[in-house]
Amino acid sequence: MTTQHVRLTVNGQPMEADVEPRMLLVHLIRDVFRLTGTHIGCDTSHCGACTVLVNGESAKSCTMLAVSADGAEITTIEGLAQGPNLHPLQQAFWDQHGLQCGFCTPGMIMEAAWLLARNPDPTEQEIREGISGNLCRCTGYVNIIKAIQQAAAELRAAAEAPAGTAGAAAS
Amino acid sequence: MIPPRFDYVRPSSLPDVLRILREREGEAKLLAGGYSLIPVLKLRLASPGLLVDLRDVAGLDAIVETDDNIRIGARATHRQIVENALLADRYPIFAEAGATIGDPQVRNWGTIGGSCAHADPAATWPAVLIATRSALVARSEAGERTIPAREFFLDTFTTALTSTEVLTEVRVPRPGRRSGGAYAAIERKAGDFPTAGAAVQLRLGDDGRIAEVGIGLTAVAEAPFAATEAEALLVGATPDEATFREAGRAAAAQSRPTSDSHGPADYKRAMAAEMTVRALRRAVARARGEA
Amino acid sequence: MAHAQAPTTPPEVGGMGHAMKRKEDPRFIRGKGEYIDDVVLPGMLWLDIVRSPYAHAKILSIDTSEALKVPGVVAVITGKDLEAAGLHWMPTIAGDTQMVLPTERVMYQAQEVAAVIAESRYAAADGVDAVRVEYEPLPVVVDPFKALEPGAPILRPDKGKDTNHIWHWESGDRAGTEAAMAAADVVIEQDIYLPRIHVASIETCGCVADWDPIREKLTVHMTTQAPHAIRTVFSLVSKIPEHKIRIKTHDIGGGFGGKVPVYPGYVLAVVASLTTGRPVKWIEDRSENLQADSFARDYHIRAKLGLTKDGKITALQVKTVADHGYADAAADPSKFPAGLFNVITGSYDIAKAFVEVDGVYTNKPPGGVAYRCSFRVTEAVHAIERMADIAAHQLGIDPAEFRFRNFIQPDQFPYRSATGWEYDSGNYPAALRKAMEIIGYEELRREQAERRARGELMGIGISSFTEIVGAGPSHTFDILGIKMFDSCEIRVHPTGSAIARIGVQTQGQGHETTFAQIIAEELGIPAKDITIEYGDTDTAPYGLGTYASRSTPVAGAATAVAARKIREKARKIAAHLLEANEEDLEWSNGRFSVKGSPDRFKTIQEIAFAAYTNHPPGLEAGLEAVDYYDPPNLTFPFGSYICVVDIDRGTGEVKIRRFVAVDDCGNIINPMIVDGQIHGGLTMGLAPALYEAITYDENGNNQAGTFLDYLVPTAMEVPMWETAKTVTPSPHHPLGAKGVGESATVGAPPAIANAVVDALWHLGVRHIDIPITPPKVYAILREKGVATA
Repeated sequence: MTTQHVRLTVNGQPMEADVEPRMLLVHLIRDVFRLTGTHIGCDTSHCGACTVLVNGESAKSCTMLAVSADGAEITTIEGLAQGPNLHPLQQAFWDQHGLQCGFCTPGMIMEAAWLLARNPDPTEQEIREGISGNLCRCTGYVNIIKAIQQAAAELRAAAEAPAGTAGAAAS
Repeated sequence: MIPPRFDYVRPSSLPDVLRILREREGEAKLLAGGYSLIPVLKLRLASPGLLVDLRDVAGLDAIVETDDNIRIGARATHRQIVENALLADRYPIFAEAGATIGDPQVRNWGTIGGSCAHADPAATWPAVLIATRSALVARSEAGERTIPAREFFLDTFTTALTSTEVLTEVRVPRPGRRSGGAYAAIERKAGDFPTAGAAVQLRLGDDGRIAEVGIGLTAVAEAPFAATEAEALLVGATPDEATFREAGRAAAAQSRPTSDSHGPADYKRAMAAEMTVRALRRAVARARGEA
Repeated sequence: MAHAQAPTTPPEVGGMGHAMKRKEDPRFIRGKGEYIDDVVLPGMLWLDIVRSPYAHAKILSIDTSEALKVPGVVAVITGKDLEAAGLHWMPTIAGDTQMVLPTERVMYQAQEVAAVIAESRYAAADGVDAVRVEYEPLPVVVDPFKALEPGAPILRPDKGKDTNHIWHWESGDRAGTEAAMAAADVVIEQDIYLPRIHVASIETCGCVADWDPIREKLTVHMTTQAPHAIRTVFSLVSKIPEHKIRIKTHDIGGGFGGKVPVYPGYVLAVVASLTTGRPVKWIEDRSENLQADSFARDYHIRAKLGLTKDGKITALQVKTVADHGYADAAADPSKFPAGLFNVITGSYDIAKAFVEVDGVYTNKPPGGVAYRCSFRVTEAVHAIERMADIAAHQLGIDPAEFRFRNFIQPDQFPYRSATGWEYDSGNYPAALRKAMEIIGYEELRREQAERRARGELMGIGISSFTEIVGAGPSHTFDILGIKMFDSCEIRVHPTGSAIARIGVQTQGQGHETTFAQIIAEELGIPAKDITIEYGDTDTAPYGLGTYASRSTPVAGAATAVAARKIREKARKIAAHLLEANEEDLEWSNGRFSVKGSPDRFKTIQEIAFAAYTNHPPGLEAGLEAVDYYDPPNLTFPFGSYICVVDIDRGTGEVKIRRFVAVDDCGNIINPMIVDGQIHGGLTMGLAPALYEAITYDENGNNQAGTFLDYLVPTAMEVPMWETAKTVTPSPHHPLGAKGVGESATVGAPPAIANAVVDALWHLGVRHIDIPITPPKVYAILREKGVATA
């Protein structure tokens, strides 16, 4: 069994492993690196429960080979919070009851994080499109949309209130 | 869920890729975004001996305009194409069509070259390339050749590419004045392959009639194809609802869909007509500057 | 917009009616939940399953030699291996039997044929690929009517019967109903088919079976909605004594009924662990889940409604053929092989009714009440609500008016239905009026008339459903003989916080929050100070689990009663501390105070401390109680839903413009969680109405065995659900609460179907079976000459 050595940065930490070329990235993350927040919900790349960020772009980690991710920066749900502080998306999902069984939640939050990073003020329709690759069976999506809207507002407010004098100088 | 075993290489130059394709001819498979190939491997529907990952081959994803055409690198992702300002200006059909492919994660990683080489009979880009009368450029160690899109998609999952060729770019002709294009498709739910899709690219003459038109249909035959009969009756015609309907009927008549989980064949045929009509309406409106 | 009865506790206590944020969420939002595939034990092996490509075939040979050579493969189990231990067949919850592994024949596509055990997930998959099975295909039966014809292949020769008929069940007054039907002014007849669907929770099923040969104890970490019942069944089947079996659940990623049955994979993992002495993990793939696990619906219903010419229903007659696959593995209570299907008189005052159901074997996976269906209530409500709409339209009566004319009226409760159910409480007119007001019903009807004149197809559909949940009273309900009580055990600690263990099993319903809120309501201990545990059969009191919306009605009641037992002991302790008579104390807001002297009081926290430091003489120390609650009746949540659709004449697509859901589940524990249940239920009602179906071709090939073709709705397909409430408490439930988890799955599909037919009725369309897909609608538009393409 030939293996290849892969080195990745996962949630800011360097990680490495010897893997078969056929190993899926999601199995590297879950079974080798033991970051089990990322989940597997299907086998045809539909459900999105395995969504992580690869070099900042949301990806279904079940549809990527670990060897293809060699050298990449991966962000999983475990890497979203900054220390003890929840990311606004995590807080918003909690506030708005945007989760029930929690199984789709990590992938859903990571996809929302990617969405808001490139579209800080999405319309409701843009949010729906943004999460159209993430299936949820429990919530009916209503509160997920509300959670993403809450987080978007909070992230926008934080961005518009810079610490320091730049804002004052502009006015 | 678990792919079979294979070897894996990640060359850093195109010549290396081409050499490997020749040396391991028949057992090597190219890996671009992976969103077509990896699902196939996970279901163990294919068992290539070697995967050749194009990730580190630079320069295959640029989108540039030259004097003759617009060139889209084969490794441009669906998202890059959808968000490209140049294409948005010259050919809105690309953004409109690209936005329907898969879901956001798929669009982040799937590529136009991978999608065309895989040649799913319901794929979106082939219809657009046929409608725009684009060409695909293939490179091998023997050299480069340019294959018109209308001669590229031969059959289900079958293209004109040989096993030692790599798609390097798509070349789209410069649009003329009073051009407009649109893509209309019906799918069962978001992210699905279409049940029927129609891509239309046309140019209006100064007299307001249709001077040139290209129609590519997908999901309604063994491979995406040009609705040549509809095209023929549209050239020189006045673009009105009756003309659109006639063209739709001709497109449906030229379709040869099969019944499957998307619907019965006659439904797909009816949708081929309906999507052709809707795409024509929008294309004409855009050509007139109304949309 | 949520609505509930006004809370009586302050927010910091968080009793009933508070929209408290969930206590379980912190781990889920951080990705720190622990689901079954996160469980890793030292020395663990993986199990993967070889499955049949044929729906019906003889097994000629199974060659495991190549598989055993695959690096990492440890063993392969076949039916012959199990037969030696008498384990190749196992009982089903419905009292039938099904194969664990076949020795002679396979009976459905994707049936388990052999199990490969290996050192890694990947090696197990390679092993499965290397097992060579030779089959001889046999004639396939996928149509239950054909299965009943003479000459059809007998699918279960082991039953010793010459037929594929499983059972016949009936309810109501056949003769009286036939007479009433014959005397009716108008008789409406309709065939209604509800196809197979699959619950497809985002987490599939799985387990880690762990036999400890030293302690001789079997621990099965498992995705199960009913851990205790599973333990008892495992003990009876394996002969391992029950105290030596521990079923332990972890976080479960959705159940909806799909994690109730015992699947062969669980049994195989247990056998593999017993044989190897190592833990064995089995996690099914999505395609295995869709193709082999328990389904729901597959009911062929023939319904007849008798009415007066003024539209008053006088009789209901229903005959149903139930396709159960090759084994009846439906998780119904034992006296109810068709579940609670005979609630089919619905929200209407119908004097005479007769219902009969015949179960039939076919070459399909066994099942099937696994899709949030409340024991076949989805089937029943779909039928009666469709019939009500057909009757209304045929008689030219507005469908809302028709319902008002036929509703059981508020003053008729408790109401005894013609099939023997005693509905506890309800106010159907109020719910329908509220829904009509919110959606602007009269204005919509005016708009519809205008649009129709322009050739546009707009429809309005109503569903006024009555649900029946909380199985159930011991005089009527049992599962495999075990009565359907449920339980709660509460212990209050000296410093005033508490722990409670319950016999039900959340899979996302928020029990760690809602059950704490019940105790907070009864004892005044803040919900945040109450830990709720469940799912470990070594510690939790015996319960029948969570499905059919029974947790609040049964375990919720047990929790309230246990808490009240504690309150009664607390009263004694308070009397002792305050040196007062018990009768002179009154309870309010977490404290006992002396009547007339409110400054003389003891809080529950002070009382708890005293229970351990200063308990009254003659009384035991400590402060705890357990209750096993045998409900006196079921509870009957209800609601009225109104749906507005627009049909695209060019494609046949149905677009839901608005959907208003007014639900009544009695007193509400947490309105935010209730709304979440409604949103999810509505979406799982939309799904079968427009998108989902598992179909088979004539060779028994599953046509929707992956997410490619089994169309689970995304955020793009789901409208912005509008919700509202009325509150009609249950008179017999200690909290006045009813269940709610499945109401929306029950009520939504007919609202949508009724809207589509309403849009097309004027063209001569009377009924469309779900899923109402664009090709189906388009064919109708074409036939009626209104398609624009």
